[in-house]
Amino acid sequence: MSQQWIYTVVYLAWLAGAACFVLGLHRMNSPATGRSGNQLSAAGMVIAVGATFIYLLTREGGLSGTAIVIIVVGFVIGGGAGLYTARIVKMTAMPQLVSLFNAVGGGAAALVAIDDFIRLNSGAPVDTTIFVVLGALIGSVTFSGSLIAGGKLQGLIPGKPIYVPGGQLVTIGLAIVAVLGTGALILGAAGVITLASGATLAILGLVVIAGLIFGITMVLPIGGADMPVVISLLNSLTGTAAAMAGFVLGNPVLIIAGALVGASGAILTKLMADAMNRSILNILVGGFGGGDTAAGAVAGAGGTVREIGADDVAIQLAYASHVIIVPGYGLAVAQAQHAVRELAELLEARGVDVKYAIHPVAGRMPGHMNVLLAEANVPYPQLKEMDEINPEFDRADVALVIGANDVTNPAARRPGSPVSGMPILDVDHAKSIVVIKRSMGKGYAGIDNELYSDPKTGMLFADAKDGLAALTAAVKAL
Amino acid sequence: MSNELLTSLAIFTLAILVGFEVISKVPATLHTPLMSGANSIHGIVLVGAMIIAAEADNPVSYLLAFVAMVFGAMNVVGGYVVTDRMLQMFRKKPTAPKATTEGADGAPGA
Repeated sequence: MSQQWIYTVVYLAWLAGAACFVLGLHRMNSPATGRSGNQLSAAGMVIAVGATFIYLLTREGGLSGTAIVIIVVGFVIGGGAGLYTARIVKMTAMPQLVSLFNAVGGGAAALVAIDDFIRLNSGAPVDTTIFVVLGALIGSVTFSGSLIAGGKLQGLIPGKPIYVPGGQLVTIGLAIVAVLGTGALILGAAGVITLASGATLAILGLVVIAGLIFGITMVLPIGGADMPVVISLLNSLTGTAAAMAGFVLGNPVLIIAGALVGASGAILTKLMADAMNRSILNILVGGFGGGDTAAGAVAGAGGTVREIGADDVAIQLAYASHVIIVPGYGLAVAQAQHAVRELAELLEARGVDVKYAIHPVAGRMPGHMNVLLAEANVPYPQLKEMDEINPEFDRADVALVIGANDVTNPAARRPGSPVSGMPILDVDHAKSIVVIKRSMGKGYAGIDNELYSDPKTGMLFADAKDGLAALTAAVKAL
Repeated sequence: MSNELLTSLAIFTLAILVGFEVISKVPATLHTPLMSGANSIHGIVLVGAMIIAAEADNPVSYLLAFVAMVFGAMNVVGGYVVTDRMLQMFRKKPTAPKATTEGADGAPGA
């Protein structure tokens, strides 16, 4: 077989892999086909990686023994670590694991770019230099940024915004260093300026270090509840970094896969930012509540709240015909997903129609709450997106709010509040509202929730899990 | 720019547009598995790691390639496994169906 023939087959296999990625993502448009979609995507990965290995083995010169050892041992160690963590992780800890995988993906892209740079050093054309340096820079930013994001989600680093000394100035300074370094390398490659061969490496090192620190200072000041946006953005960046590596290696599957991920991350970033009614820039600039003084928190409302007992709530629920459950991240923190499913099943057995209203930012990554409820065996047809469920609150007899706060605050409909303009669940439209909450503590935005002082609202002060258990027992006793 | 690079740029642009088109149809319910699945896809950088491993000829390159291999493999394997775990939890009906005595309109999406 001629070299060209093998390369053609391998190239076609890469394209087949890329096609599997697209079709696999396409099948994610429904929970019914999602799993097979992911498996198709995994098959595409096996094809692409397998074809690459065969290509490297059969091409002129073949693979050196050392290279085979590096590839096989590296794969076994990395794959084993990935397999192990993926199997043991709890669904609540999913966002930090995704962050970790994103970090290593970005790190790998950066390392590939750095290695290319060293090999091509002095002699790379301008266009290749651009992609190599961008790949190294973006990969470095996502590597450190995702690690910090994961650390925050895991609680290793405080989730509240951390202000770096010098704050924005440091971040901006780092960005300038990275841009200047990139510019110098490109000009050097273009022959506009002359750089000694040692100097180019030093400049690349500087760019990479600036990128690494930039990733840290970018994510540190961002509060825990903004994590869905940050994770999406970092995910998008890693995709872009992989595509850059693809440009340098002239490899179509890297380019296509990277572009797909870049696009997907960009869409999710936009959706999440919209759901919080904040611009991406605003989130990246950081610091929203959670810190010292919540912006313009007029301790208004503050009206009296009505406390309600579990028995009363049980009667309301059991004799309702439509109940909408509004779960927030507090529910997951209390590990009450199973308790809520149990209550819902009990109500359904009594003929009550139960649905779940899921706000897009409920949880720590996009759509996180859906996964947590699915894990607790809640059938997905009951999980309703915000736009779908909002009109239904008008006919709901009871809205049961568990661990959700700001996303239910009617103050968002008026100007002048920190949550103004944020899309909310129209919980206050329900005929009766029950809020299970430990105390009158404030939500992430640091303001009072006007829903609580609504005359229709009853407050059941309890831990989510205990409160739900009490409700379940009370409904059973009816 | 070289012809090869221009072609790559065309592929890149079209793939981004395909990505937007395909992904904007994914419902919010599946956003976490989507992100996790997309996350595994960028593990394709593993292919890049293999190529640099093949071309490595000095200790620095060996080290870079090895770490890139470990990182990439972790990204790919872990990503797909965890996404699969998530997606298999999405069921239309509870696995151990409790007596659904009354039909109600419990399965609207059906």
